[in-house]
Order: sequence, then structure tokens, then C-alpha cells
Amino acid sequence: MLDDFFIRAVIAGIGLALVAGPLGCFIVWRRMAYFGDTMAHSALLGVALSFLFGVDLTLGVFAVGVLVALALLLLQRQESLSTDALLGILSHSALAVGLVLVAFMSWVRVDLIGFLFGDILAVSKSDIVAIYLGGALVIGLLIRFWRPLLAATVSTELAEAEGQRPEAMRALLMILMAVVIAIAMKLVGVLLITSLLIIPAATARRISLTPEQMGAYAGFIGVIAVVGGLEASRQWDTPSGPSIVVAALVLFAISLILPARLRPGANR
Amino acid sequence: MTQDKDAAVLITLESIGVRRNGRPLVEGVSLTISRGEIVTLIGPNGSGKSTTARVVTGVLRPDEGRVTRKPGLSVGYVPQKLGIDWTLPLTVNRLMNLTARHKKSEVTHALEQVGAGHLGGAAVQTLSGGEFQRVLLARAMIGKPDLLVLDEPVQGVDFAGEVAIYELIGRIRDATQCGILMISHDLHVVMAETDTVICLNGHVCCRGTPELVAQSPEYLSLFGARAAPALAIYQHHHDHTHLPDGRVRAEDGSIHPGHAPHEHRDHDHA
Repeated sequence: MLDDFFIRAVIAGIGLALVAGPLGCFIVWRRMAYFGDTMAHSALLGVALSFLFGVDLTLGVFAVGVLVALALLLLQRQESLSTDALLGILSHSALAVGLVLVAFMSWVRVDLIGFLFGDILAVSKSDIVAIYLGGALVIGLLIRFWRPLLAATVSTELAEAEGQRPEAMRALLMILMAVVIAIAMKLVGVLLITSLLIIPAATARRISLTPEQMGAYAGFIGVIAVVGGLEASRQWDTPSGPSIVVAALVLFAISLILPARLRPGANR
Repeated sequence: MTQDKDAAVLITLESIGVRRNGRPLVEGVSLTISRGEIVTLIGPNGSGKSTTARVVTGVLRPDEGRVTRKPGLSVGYVPQKLGIDWTLPLTVNRLMNLTARHKKSEVTHALEQVGAGHLGGAAVQTLSGGEFQRVLLARAMIGKPDLLVLDEPVQGVDFAGEVAIYELIGRIRDATQCGILMISHDLHVVMAETDTVICLNGHVCCRGTPELVAQSPEYLSLFGARAAPALAIYQHHHDHTHLPDGRVRAEDGSIHPGHAPHEHRDHDHA
């Protein structure tokens, strides 16, 4: 069964969507969408550096993602520029430096388009193993730390006053994001990763009553987007990564026109 | 009594100071909160009330001075501002379990105590300001913490609701014997159950019972003589007024020397 490239793509995509949904909820709740984008863009720099130093690609992307998150934390401490300006600088610098580095390395042939937009149809069995191992780790940590993660999201100050460690939770989220970006890059590409984190979560918001529901629904909505998008790309011969994002967008649009009574929480 | 009192001390701040960018926010603030005691901080904007409260909760580490907590001190906190993003679907029941898990019956009971028993299933974003404050109070007290820190617990609550919340805070103290640090949003309104009022203006201006502070020259010079008669002290459930000179005026207007027969609900004058 796994010998069919399309089946492999579906299985890989489902694994990613199940992780990206719940994690994406935190990104939406904490208004970290632009931060996620920055980390995703830095993945290309990670690719370039991995080639340069001959290390494993996934590992290199993860490491650079964590470094960019640290750089942002340090720059934020200076209180000189607003966070969104800092993110704008980091995000596009990392992307540009990555592109320039790749161009310099004439000895490696890099499928740039593949890294920018992903190539889910090219996933190997070992990629699938990496996705499900990484995914299980992320989901496991999310479940283990769900309550303190949520408390830190609602109010850092309240969580800390009542004996929790919201700063550690913030660091944990950043690491989890770096993991997801590292495993998602091959599938949907650095430019589209954040859409898989954010669009299913935003779609789930309109039908959820509790944070836990929203996390679970976001995962399933992501799965529907992956299957639908891949099916559509086979049908109409469209690029697979962007097709998945378009499918997610369609689901989001449908959620917008849901009648109010189908949305719990809209009225008491 | 002293020894009992020492055992009941929950937290002590010894001349703490906090600076931001070299500028002192508070300096030389000392205070003690004991089991069953209500301490209220008042002072103008920027006088360091919230800074002091944040040192008490441990969110802020002071640059000077010493903080001593009872080992294992548990804190319930009502922050001054808590905006919950619309993107986070959160019912009142779920909010009650934010930092720890509680039984459903406990959640219902805590909400009923603040008169919010009917709101359990409501999304927090749909609550009015007063409802939200009451829910936050219920959330802070549900775990029966040793110390409650309430930063302006009655903001956005109408006058009748304000009286009800002050009564409730007094009842919580009586029932659980927790210590309470409260910041009063309204300079002139201090609840009668308060044992100690601390008037801040970057440093401690004056402190004492509400009646004493209202008459102190420091308070008067800080807020002007016109403020003095306006320091309203809720007298609910009290049939008498403590006069600054220690005498007691009963409800009928008669004045008794010292502790004439009158009833204090179970707080003692230690």
C-alpha cells in the first residue's frame, strides 16, 4: 500500500494535520501567526546551512528555528523596536540569506521550488516515519502540558502568581513549533507551513465551545483539508501543497457562513 | 499571642524596593499579611499598588529588601486586567479549572457563592464586566488558597454589586481564614472588614485601621482635606463606628468609651 506515492502523501499529510491543528490553536490564541511565519521562513536558512555543514536536513531546520526564536527573545528584551518590526526583519532576512547561501553553493543541486512550496508527492517511507515520530512527540507534550500551556496563554501573570511557569511554557511552544516546521517543510514548503497551523484552527473556532474541542476539531479539519486538497490536485493536476491550503481555505469560508445557532457560545 | 501571630504570618515584605530603568517604582515598603487578615492598599495612580501586589504574588522580584513566604504558600489571584481573546473558546466552567482541576460540585458551589451559579456554561467573552469580576473572584478562591491577592476586585461592578462583593470577601475570609491583600480601585472606598489600610505613594505614607488612616495628616496631605470626609468605609453588618480617639459610636448616635458592648463578627482585635 505504501508503495503508491499518492497513498504515502495522504498518510504523511494526515500525520502532519493531526499535529498542526492543536498546535496551531495556541498560535492563534497567542497571536503568534507572524512569529510562526518567521520561524517557517527561517527553515530555508536551515536547509542551506544543513547542506553547507552536511548535517541532516530535518535536524538543521529544527536547530535554526530554535535559534531564530532565541534571537527574537533577545531582541525583544532590548525594547527598541516593536515585535512585528523585529519579526519582519528576521523573517525576510532568514529567507533571503538562505536563498543567497543556496545560490553560492554551486556544488549542490537544490530543488528550491520544492523547499518553498513543498512536494508532498515525493515523501518517502522514512519521511513518514519521521513525521509520525515527531508528531507523536509534539502531541504527547501538548497533552502532558495542556493545562499549564493554556493557563499561560490566558494570563502569564495569573499563571505565575498561582505557581506555574509561563515562561517555560512559552519556550516549550517555540520548540514544538520548530519541530512541526521541520517535519512539515518537505510536505507543504516553508511558504505555506503556517497556513496549515492557522487556517484549521481558525475554522475550528467557530464550532468549538472549549479549548480542548477546538484543538481536536482543528486536527480533523486539517485532515479533511489534506485529503480534499490531494484529491483535488490529482483530479485537476494542480500543485499539491497549494491545493491543500486552498482546501483549508474553502473549509474556513464555509465556517464563516454557518448560521449562528450552529455556533455554540454565540449565545448562552 | 505574639507567637500565635508569628505562626499565622503568611508573607512578610521587608523594606522592598522595585526599580524600572533606574527609576524607583516603590521604595522601602514593608508589610505583613497573616492568616485571616485583610490588608488594603490605597494610593493615587502610579503609587506602586500593583507593583507591591506583584511582589507579593512573586511575579516581580524586588531589587531591594526581603520577601519571606510561608513555605508552600498557595496564592489565588485576581489580576487587574485580564483580556481573553475572542479566538479562545472558554466557558466559565473551563476557566474555573484553569490552573488546577476541581470537582464539578466545587465549581458550582464556588460560582454560587459569588452569585454566578447560572453562568457556568456561558462563554467568558459574553459576560458583563461585573459578572466577569465575580467569576474571577470565584476562580481565585476555589482552591482555598492561603492568600488571596485581589487587584481592584470591584472594577466595573455597580454600587450594589460592589457592596455585595465586599461582603463576600469578608465571608470568604471568615470561612477559610485566608489572608487577603486587596487593592482598592477607589481611593475613598475601603471595606469595613479591612484590618489594615496601607496608603502608598511610592513609599508607605501611613498605615493603620481605616479610621486611623482617614484622620492621619499624611493621608490628608496626600489627598487633600476634602478627601477626608469622603473616605467612605462600608459599615454593613456593623452597628457602630470606631471614632479616631478610640471611642465607639453606636447606631443610635450614643458614644461609648472604648470597647462598649458591640459585636465584631469573628475577627479579633489582636
